[in-house]
Amino acid sequence: MNVIYTDVLVIGGGLAGLRIGIGAKRRGHDVTILSLVPPKRSHSAAAQGGMQASLGNVVKAMGDNEDVHFEDTVRGSDWGADQRVVRMFVDTAPKAVRELAAWGVPWSRVQKGDRQVIINAQKVTITERDEAHGLVMQRDFGGTKKSRACYVSDGTGHAMLYAMSDQAIAHAITVHERMEALALIHDGSRCYGAVARNLVTGELVAYVAKATAIASGGAGRLYRATTNAVICEGIGTALALETGVAAVANMEAIQFHPTAIFPASILVTEGCRGDGGLLRDAAGKRFMPDYEPEKKELASRDVVARRMEEHIRRGAGVKSRFGEHLWLDITLLGAKHINSNLREVKEICQYFLGIDPIKDWIPVRPAQHYTMGGVRTDHTGGSPTLKGLYAAGEAACWDLHGFNRLGGNSVAETVVGGMIVGEFIADFCDRPESDLQLSTGLIREFLEHEQAKLDALAAGNGSEDANALRARMQEIMTSKVGIFRTGDDLAAAVEELQSLLRRSRNIGLRYTARGANPELVSAYRLPKMLRLALCVAHGALIRTESRGAHFRQDYPRRNDAEWLHRTLATWKNADDTLPTLAREPLDVMQMELPPGWRGYGAKDYVDHPDTPRRAAEVEAIRTKLAGAARAAVQDALMPCATLLPQRFRGPNERIDEPFAPPAAPRQSTSPT
Amino acid sequence: MTESAAMPSQSISPESAQRKVRISVLRYNPQERGSVPRMQTYELEEADGMTLFIALNEIREKQDASLQFDFVCRAGICGSCAMVINGRPGLACRTLTRSLGSEITLAPLPVFELIADLSVNTGKWMRAMSERLQAWVHMKQIEVDISRLEERMEPELAQKIYELDRCIECGCCVAGCGTARMREDFVGAVGLNKIARFRLDPRDARTDADFYELVGDDSGVFGCMSLLACHDVCPKALPLATQIAFVRRKMAGAGWK
Ligand SMILES: Cc1cc2nc3c(=O)[nH]c(=O)nc-3n(C[C@H](O)[C@H](O)[C@H](O)COP(=O)(O)OP(=O)(O)OC[C@H]3O[C@@H](n4cnc5c(N)ncnc54)[C@H](O)[C@@H]3O)c2cc1C
Ligand code: SF4
Ligand code: SF4
Ligand code: FES
Repeated sequence: MNVIYTDVLVIGGGLAGLRIGIGAKRRGHDVTILSLVPPKRSHSAAAQGGMQASLGNVVKAMGDNEDVHFEDTVRGSDWGADQRVVRMFVDTAPKAVRELAAWGVPWSRVQKGDRQVIINAQKVTITERDEAHGLVMQRDFGGTKKSRACYVSDGTGHAMLYAMSDQAIAHAITVHERMEALALIHDGSRCYGAVARNLVTGELVAYVAKATAIASGGAGRLYRATTNAVICEGIGTALALETGVAAVANMEAIQFHPTAIFPASILVTEGCRGDGGLLRDAAGKRFMPDYEPEKKELASRDVVARRMEEHIRRGAGVKSRFGEHLWLDITLLGAKHINSNLREVKEICQYFLGIDPIKDWIPVRPAQHYTMGGVRTDHTGGSPTLKGLYAAGEAACWDLHGFNRLGGNSVAETVVGGMIVGEFIADFCDRPESDLQLSTGLIREFLEHEQAKLDALAAGNGSEDANALRARMQEIMTSKVGIFRTGDDLAAAVEELQSLLRRSRNIGLRYTARGANPELVSAYRLPKMLRLALCVAHGALIRTESRGAHFRQDYPRRNDAEWLHRTLATWKNADDTLPTLAREPLDVMQMELPPGWRGYGAKDYVDHPDTPRRAAEVEAIRTKLAGAARAAVQDALMPCATLLPQRFRGPNERIDEPFAPPAAPRQSTSPT
Repeated sequence: MTESAAMPSQSISPESAQRKVRISVLRYNPQERGSVPRMQTYELEEADGMTLFIALNEIREKQDASLQFDFVCRAGICGSCAMVINGRPGLACRTLTRSLGSEITLAPLPVFELIADLSVNTGKWMRAMSERLQAWVHMKQIEVDISRLEERMEPELAQKIYELDRCIECGCCVAGCGTARMREDFVGAVGLNKIARFRLDPRDARTDADFYELVGDDSGVFGCMSLLACHDVCPKALPLATQIAFVRRKMAGAGWK
């Protein structure tokens, strides 16, 4: 029996997993990280656009602070988010950027003086303040009131991931690459680690740990058209689901990005529109102002993606042999800007489309982009139902994003979540009652079970082709569980996905090697992906309202009276073909920002019965505390100051909110 | 003008007649008993906009389920898919088959440990190189108060550091390098570029004497023969020639002291 013991097992070597590992290691715990690929190749590297944090450095960010970031995020979520988690997040995001700055991320910096920008297709001169010179630069991103996205030229995620991964190496953290977690080891109440498969040799290894963290990223590959990397298959999330004990939440909340190049679905960043790029139709007409007069191209992603599909449905799309698309026009930004700030975009256009965005328009169409749902956790990142199991990053649903996440909030979440969850995991491991007491019998049982499944696949001479079933699943998801959803389509999708799940029990392989074998890999991943796909489709079918990115044509209104709930899904028995769904209500009476209009999109929703009462309460508190410090008002509205780990509490300094000198050192960001 | 505009005459390649391409792959799976290195040729119909990513996946799905290769981002940013394409190291995912002849030869990157067929273990090599060169920012002060304003940096300097930080550890430069083929411990252009990157970074407390300890020998900057194959093959067009020359000059200087 191949068993490796560690204090903390982290499944995933992207930004979230690495930051958890660094946090736990600094607290003295032994950490092992598993990853399908070398950590620096994780999908976090793909983020081009930016990381939201209310530093308030640039002129267009003056007046920004945690409160404004909080409101943007809650509105963006269409009130689906856990507002306490949003608070924890916005309070920590500036600290996360500054920590990364100390760790070597070459953030783009503010240049004092005049700068030409394009706003609403007009050239405008902006004058940056002298006192901001050399601080971290920020830009506008969809769905936010202020320029808040910190960025590194055109390679934000790359630079963040490299600095983070270098720190993990500096901390001598063990990473087992090409090692895929296949199942969580648990006894129904406590998680003890995972069984993993070496993707080179095919060997199974049991990793036994006090705490196990899932940081395996998103599940974009459930869809045919997705911006996600080929390894974003949601396997980590599915592992939690397959315990039958841990829940996944809000899987129906899937985000579509407006500007994926057509037809390859490689993303071009939101920064294109943030910097002034325009969307045009077949006639060359800029159409977004007709739909969204206020925010235009910069309305939140779900709104822009929907408007684009709507415009195509009205016949204004550009026809091509692969289907219809629209244009993204960044020619007006000029060669200098594109060559320095949007070089990655230029490269993508050159290599994958053979065009030059300095003079050509870019063919785009929305594609699946982000998985808001994931492993359900509380604000510590811990599963409420399976002790010792944690999750962070895109794979998790501690519920920062609700039903739509804002651009730039995701890489911020990976780092902030990693910081916070890493501390809570360390606390958990510090407690004597968390010590491991398990029989080797349990470990053996899980190892043998996984081995038996693999043996059966390799030996089985079933008649189904794993790749064909998978392609069919992806087609169903894109065509029936996409941007516009209807009850009929969703019911048909659920039906067929169930039949695919049944058929997946009868797979026959053409190539049966036990070691490195891509066909075997795709075969054993398929049922996991189908289960997740069923959580998405079934959740979407049940949810008879529209909220954030989840849009039901047959129920176009947001309905707080009936649907201010999280969807929880569990998979009770391995033989089931449907998840067991439950509702987890959100409490309006605890909300700092009671439900209302998002400020863009349809102004049409059904109120929750508690909303007027809570709105009045909030109003009264604000009136009573008029003139008080904003922290005091916040604390009166929704006390949550003590939720954060001690080392991340406290205000953030800004140019306009200076701290008193001299500096009182608070915490260390040193490597060992 | 901006509300409605005439479409620029796009430089999209005109639809052209389909052609067949023949892709020959150097195959070998050390894990498999009895496997020997051999060339295997696959023929397929070229599609519009077909990259080697699309072509290899099609071969695996329709012709040969055992073919091994690595792709992650399929967008030219993660560095997973470097291989030797018609004799030259490059990123397969962003190579359009149209840009190659109808006979295409693919081989795994040399120098790195072979996993199988086109898949090599660059991750292991890169981690060892990072550990050997201590390729991370060695911070000046142990305590950084992250609730305070970040330390300032000149915008041009940040941009300069980023230019060197753009390396995606794909391994093309190592595969193209004569020294790396002869000396297992040579840190390669990727390693020397990292030294240049951290040397430039004011947040890194190390001095030239410290860097000399790391690369001041034949496994480092003095092993390099300056033939600059690395510079020509880097898919991110990093300024490797100037950086290597620069590091060599600085290290020669540091060595004198
Ligand atoms: C093209 C693109 C651009 C984006 N741009 C932005 C942006 O500008 N701003 C922003 O905020 N967000 C952006 N996002 C979103 C953001 O990049 C991701 O949500 C985020 O990086 C996810 O990080 P993560 O650490 O959760 O997971 P990832 O970085 O995806 O890492 C997942 C890790 O888990 C490992 N793994 C997975 N399954 C297993 C398993 N079974 N066993 C072992 N290991 C496993 C993988 O190897 C990998 O190391 C973008 C996303 C895309 C697709
Ligand atoms: S220097 Fe260039 S070729 Fe070498 S690893 Fe980095 S990106 Fe690849
Ligand atoms: S210049 Fe130096 S590093 Fe580059 S290929 Fe030649 S020997 Fe290798
Ligand atoms: S697959 Fe990422 S660079 Fe080619």
